[in-house]
Amino acid sequence: MARIELERIVKRYGSLTTVHGIDLTIDDGEFVVLVGPSGCGKSTTLRMIAGLEPISGGTLRIGGEVVNDREPKYRNIAMVFQNYAIYPHLTVAQNIGFGLYTSRLSKAAKQERIRETARALSLEPYLERRPAALSGGQRQRVAIGRAMVRDPVAFLFDEPLSNLDAQLRGQMRLEIKQLHQRLGSTIVFVTHDQVEAMSLADRIVVMRDGRILQVGSPMELYNRPGDVFTARFIGTPEMNMIDAVISGGRIDAGANAASLRLPDDAELAHRVGQGREIILGIRPQALNLLAAGRSDYPITIEGRVRVAEPHGPETFVLLDLPQGSVVARAPSTVPFRAGEAVAFGADIASLLMFDKQTEALLG
Amino acid sequence: MSTHSERGAFAVYGNLRPGRIVAWTILFLGGIVMVTPLLFMFSTSLKSAGHVYDLRLIPEQPTLANYVKVLSDGRFARWFLNSTLIATLVTLSCLFFDSLVAYTLAKFTFPGRRLVFLAILSTLMIPTEMLVIPWYLMASKLGWIDTYWGIMFPGLVTAFGVFLMRQFFETVPNDFLEAARIDGLNEFAIWWKVALPLVTPALSALAIFTFLGNWTAFFWPLIVTTDPFLYTLPVGLSSFAVEQSIQWELIMTGAALATLPTLAIFLFFQRYIVRGVMLAGVKG
Repeated sequence: MARIELERIVKRYGSLTTVHGIDLTIDDGEFVVLVGPSGCGKSTTLRMIAGLEPISGGTLRIGGEVVNDREPKYRNIAMVFQNYAIYPHLTVAQNIGFGLYTSRLSKAAKQERIRETARALSLEPYLERRPAALSGGQRQRVAIGRAMVRDPVAFLFDEPLSNLDAQLRGQMRLEIKQLHQRLGSTIVFVTHDQVEAMSLADRIVVMRDGRILQVGSPMELYNRPGDVFTARFIGTPEMNMIDAVISGGRIDAGANAASLRLPDDAELAHRVGQGREIILGIRPQALNLLAAGRSDYPITIEGRVRVAEPHGPETFVLLDLPQGSVVARAPSTVPFRAGEAVAFGADIASLLMFDKQTEALLG
Repeated sequence: MSTHSERGAFAVYGNLRPGRIVAWTILFLGGIVMVTPLLFMFSTSLKSAGHVYDLRLIPEQPTLANYVKVLSDGRFARWFLNSTLIATLVTLSCLFFDSLVAYTLAKFTFPGRRLVFLAILSTLMIPTEMLVIPWYLMASKLGWIDTYWGIMFPGLVTAFGVFLMRQFFETVPNDFLEAARIDGLNEFAIWWKVALPLVTPALSALAIFTFLGNWTAFFWPLIVTTDPFLYTLPVGLSSFAVEQSIQWELIMTGAALATLPTLAIFLFFQRYIVRGVMLAGVKG
């Protein structure tokens, strides 16, 4: 078990810098997910923690010790790879046993450890099989077993679920979460899938272009995203974004003003600043379908239905505004016709404002 | 049900597609061209000296006398042994060194990597005939004439093997190697325990090519040996021809015996090639 500290960690390939001096402390036993679009530097960061990529600048500490120049095998971390990296020519037992390669245990003790690990992952019946005879989920578990068997101070996962189908992915997600609860070990998990990040993490680290945009618990990120990128990245369907400007003490949505009723909040308008261009953000889930002609909500949005997507328990409706469109959640019991005019209402608290230039959260 | 039977009918039809008929015909003709000399070799080895020019495929009076004669000649056994020893050692050396060099070139980045690879590749373009003189000068300066080492040294590491193995090592996912690195294997162990087993089909192919190439090698062994005791089988068999006014039936008998190990080697390693291809197929 160990704390992992990244201090101004930089990765350069020649003149190209892919990670720009990031600071991050991962507490002992914490489950941290690095998330972001491909090329954001999350995998590179993980590989630097593992020791597979040399660190170009900054300090990396694991368990309090600086490990910048330490070979992977001396960092006592385990890693699970996207392609499992289990060896087709070896049996499940041999694959798991690979994790004990440097261990000084006796042969019998090793066998016992392998058996225990396999039992914990329900792999015991398959110990003598080769990976080709296993399902995708089982292979993934072998890869995890190989990491577990050594009792490392931290686990690193590099997009381990992206090769699985949707159903299996959900299942493995649960298993990994349970594993973390049982072992209580430090886990750094890389994914580009925000659902995975939300459901697994104690803390999520959102990365873009080699920088950390925001660090926070899943709900912090969901409720108060620090910028437009995070706001859009976290949550499905993505947050609605509407351009507006502060003018005359109120929020003016320009071309959309007629179909967007916003509260006259002089105090807020004053705080944000007269004449400032902003982006209004509101989640589809914050919108409530209104019966014709009445509204108990301070915010209302009117539009015409372009398409309705039933999702079972709910329906997502894409509304055309005079300029652009918004997505709103509606009960699945309501039928929608294309072209129909509908109205949605929302609470003040659900409205976020971002600066148009810096894209940072305001207020 | 109807789709099932239609598919069945289609499958039968599929086997008789015109393209397939042409392919089978070409393969069949090619097979005949390849096999005929072999058949004549065996046939001739069963004929007595007087019937060698009787070109019937099935000998009129088949005899094993030639085999008795060749096998009881101590020189033949010695040449057979020489060839076996040399081909085996050279093959082992190629499997080891070629794949080690190839792995390094495929999986490590270091300055001059491309240059080294190109330099190795460029040696493929120099014909053996051009190399024989420098080889000979080197061998004679270093006292390697009439030694096993002298016969073997040019083939111990081959550019072809490096090239072949490098192509295969490039297909080995880096994750496999990095996972091993994290588990604490040193670089040699990663090569030996992880990378090599994953390229067994290529190793088998290389083993077959190298063994056959060295088993049938004639030119260099002929030049570097003067002592009949050190002749390899092809050189020895050709000496049969010179000293005893071309006794075809004996040459053919020797040649027939010489094909046996090559057949054995091929059958042995072929299994691995086929299995390797199948394994790759399952993995998708």
